[in-house]
Amino acid sequence: MNAKVADRVATGVFIVIAFIIVSVLIGLFSFILYHGFQHVSLKFLTTPSSNMSAGGGIRDQLFNSFYVLFITMLITVPLGVGGGVYMAEYARPGRITNIIRSCIEVLASLPSIVIGLFGLLMFVTLTGWGYTILGGALALTVFNLPVMVRVTEDAIHSVPRDLKEASLALGITHWHTIKTILLPSAFPTILTGGILAAGRVFGEAAALLFTAGLSTPRLDYTDWNPFSQISPLNIFRPAETLAVHIWSINTQGLIPDVDAVSNGSAAVLILSVLLFNLLARWIGSLIHKKVTATK
Amino acid sequence: MTYFRGVIFFMEKLVPAKERLLKSQKNWMNGEVRGKIIVFICAIIMISATIAITIFLGTKGLQSFIKNGVSLIEFLTGKQWNPSDQAKPQYGALPFIFGSFTVTFLAALIAAPLGIGGAIFMTEIAPSWGRKILQPVIELLVGIPSVVYGFIGLTVLVPFIRVHFGGLGFSLLSGMIVLSIMILPTITTIATDAMSSLPKTLREGSYALGATRWQTIRKVLIPAAIPSLLTAIVLGMARAFGEALAVQMVIGNVKTMPHSILDASGTLTTIITLNMGYTTFGSPENNILWSMGLLLLIMSFAFILLIRYLSSRRKI
Amino acid sequence: MRSLKKLSLFLIIASVMVVAAACGGGTSKDTTGGSTNKGTTTKEISGQLVISGSTALQPLVAAAAEEFMNKNPKVSIQVNGGGSGTGLSQVSQGAVQIGNSDVFAEEKNISGLVDNKVAVVGMTAAVNPKVGIKDIKKADLIKVFTGQIKNWKELGGADQKITLVNRPDSSGTRAVFNKFALGGATPAEGITEDASNTVKKIINETPGAIGYLAFSYLTDNTVTALSIDGVQPTAENVESGKFPVWAYEHCYTKGQPTDLEKAFLDYLTSSDVQTTILPKQGYLPVTKMQVERDAKGNVTKK
Repeated sequence: MNAKVADRVATGVFIVIAFIIVSVLIGLFSFILYHGFQHVSLKFLTTPSSNMSAGGGIRDQLFNSFYVLFITMLITVPLGVGGGVYMAEYARPGRITNIIRSCIEVLASLPSIVIGLFGLLMFVTLTGWGYTILGGALALTVFNLPVMVRVTEDAIHSVPRDLKEASLALGITHWHTIKTILLPSAFPTILTGGILAAGRVFGEAAALLFTAGLSTPRLDYTDWNPFSQISPLNIFRPAETLAVHIWSINTQGLIPDVDAVSNGSAAVLILSVLLFNLLARWIGSLIHKKVTATK
Repeated sequence: MTYFRGVIFFMEKLVPAKERLLKSQKNWMNGEVRGKIIVFICAIIMISATIAITIFLGTKGLQSFIKNGVSLIEFLTGKQWNPSDQAKPQYGALPFIFGSFTVTFLAALIAAPLGIGGAIFMTEIAPSWGRKILQPVIELLVGIPSVVYGFIGLTVLVPFIRVHFGGLGFSLLSGMIVLSIMILPTITTIATDAMSSLPKTLREGSYALGATRWQTIRKVLIPAAIPSLLTAIVLGMARAFGEALAVQMVIGNVKTMPHSILDASGTLTTIITLNMGYTTFGSPENNILWSMGLLLLIMSFAFILLIRYLSSRRKI
Repeated sequence: MRSLKKLSLFLIIASVMVVAAACGGGTSKDTTGGSTNKGTTTKEISGQLVISGSTALQPLVAAAAEEFMNKNPKVSIQVNGGGSGTGLSQVSQGAVQIGNSDVFAEEKNISGLVDNKVAVVGMTAAVNPKVGIKDIKKADLIKVFTGQIKNWKELGGADQKITLVNRPDSSGTRAVFNKFALGGATPAEGITEDASNTVKKIINETPGAIGYLAFSYLTDNTVTALSIDGVQPTAENVESGKFPVWAYEHCYTKGQPTDLEKAFLDYLTSSDVQTTILPKQGYLPVTKMQVERDAKGNVTKK
């Protein structure tokens, strides 16, 4: 076969692959949205869920999902970015670096169910907290952290060498270079990686089942004191997230409208991810423009 | 007097300025040290998390062999699984080990070409618009919760396979398809990063020699990126290995060995999820589940060692 | 400046965690301590209860807890799932105050807990509606589940291969079904699924499928509930002891229940809950049972 024909064929194959990936997503999305959208309404989003009767909403679950995500990111992002900087800039090739890298990969490949069970004994039983948002967030941190580290490391590696060298040549210290040159230029990539990680956290159920629990206490949304029992901001209360809610009503739910609620929740869940994604992209490009002064 | 006052005033002005200069220099040094400390702490936290989980899973997982006297050989090679039998419990986990491996490799077999192909499409074929479309698609695929994958698999895929391929529908095939979609984003993202971080000079050099795009991709880019591409596949497989909720809904969770791709099967993770809640901490049936968790951990260690070996050989 | 900001962020996070940890630990202790004092002197009950365990029982207890909290605004009750085994382990460790279970603690070799039976759940075999049978003899049911009968044709149903839908080995539902419907026989291998709704969905969608479900999941026509030996799977038949496949739902406490625990457990067995919430969720009131069963499975008339 002539090289040019082979090239054409290969190009065709790659286009087909891209097409398959896109159509899988479109198929999944339209399936979820078609089945879910019939049940999504303002009322659905603002009523608390019900244990037995039809017509329950997902107000608390929706809030919990975002709140757990927020707490997880609050822990993960500084740690993950710090770890990534270490791996990219300070780690000298050698046995210790190898061990750390293996640790990261092992953490990344741990089954979420195992992390959930680890969390159950560690954050629920051992600490005596019971099922808490913090326990859930810490469990999620375990598998979110390696993702953030890898993302940060790759992002810093992809910053052109010249930039770093120019900065060092100006007599700026290593840490200062990282802070003022490398991290800002790597920021949009880190952000995209962060979104990916956030998407996984948002949809995670297995690890949260055992750590954040399956229930939500009565919440008073006017109570903003994080230490109050009924405050939504209390990180020491159990919280059922949207993904866990889908799982729990699908498995044991006795409400007559299981399908409606679970389809609606799934639609809300992926729509949130979509919105979140778009928003983060927009902010990312905005910051990129501001920091690098490019258009 | 005025002269003296002037000198003092001058000194006052001078000293703070000097101090400020020193301070700022100190600050720089402090920043350097502080920065180092921060990133070192992060690294230590990661290591200690891994060590903690390993120790924790190790002690929990070895209980069944030490305390409950389960034979390791039986656990790894036995085909009979019946830990709840009060009189004569059997702990043969081979069908699940086999199921886990099979479904993971099959899923990687689909997802790896798709993922790497998608990555090449994004970086080589259509870097501008291709990336703009595929990147968000991949990110959105990650955001679909595994429970939803499982339920779509259960409502759409299982009946489809039952009608068109025969069997029950609950099969390795269903598990493999669901898993391959789930690990596709992992493979594609890492592969894309790997391809786009290749130096531009590689491509330009190859094109300058008159190579076509396909030749460049096949002979230059893929060999150059192979360690990272392998990492992408391994991390994808690791995710497939650990996935529980989605697989559980479509694979059938039987305790026997599958004989064809259309047979129902069970995996380590599904057996753990199905039974963990019902068993009490410390009982033999609970401990054996932890042993399976330990096995999962050992397997991911093994995967990573393998990839280490591969990539060290490829890098020249 | 930036590094300062970053450092302060770390400090804030750290301090929030520490303070919150202290508060979290403190409040739960205070409230449980307060409950015992207040409950005895004044009538008003307050405090915090954490309940975990059986996912099957969770909706019922959660619904009851909601009502209970409405009546006693100072009480906060958290109801979690996790499974019977988790509930039993946690209550015996003292991690929770009440552990819900589908099985007797004795069956899981756990002792030292006080049993409070709050409901009865009846279960029966359910088949795909297209199978076309509504009644099955116990002997035939055993043959179906042990794999001796492989086609519904042999029992006068449609010409369809039998597909078994089992529960996990350690499941309480499976144990009860094996003991009382299959006479202790071990079922043949089949699809295994843990969640009742998933089992129902599989039976509904797979031709020739048979599994077993609690009455609460048999309210519509998507699956056919089978009568066993001509006895219909109804609440009345379970209550009178005619229909043998049923189990208790237990709420275990460690030692004698404290005032708050007792108040809540009393509320669960009060006619309020037993006649309103229970039947709505498909459970049978434990108070109406005319027979009694012990951990070994011996049934006696009340």
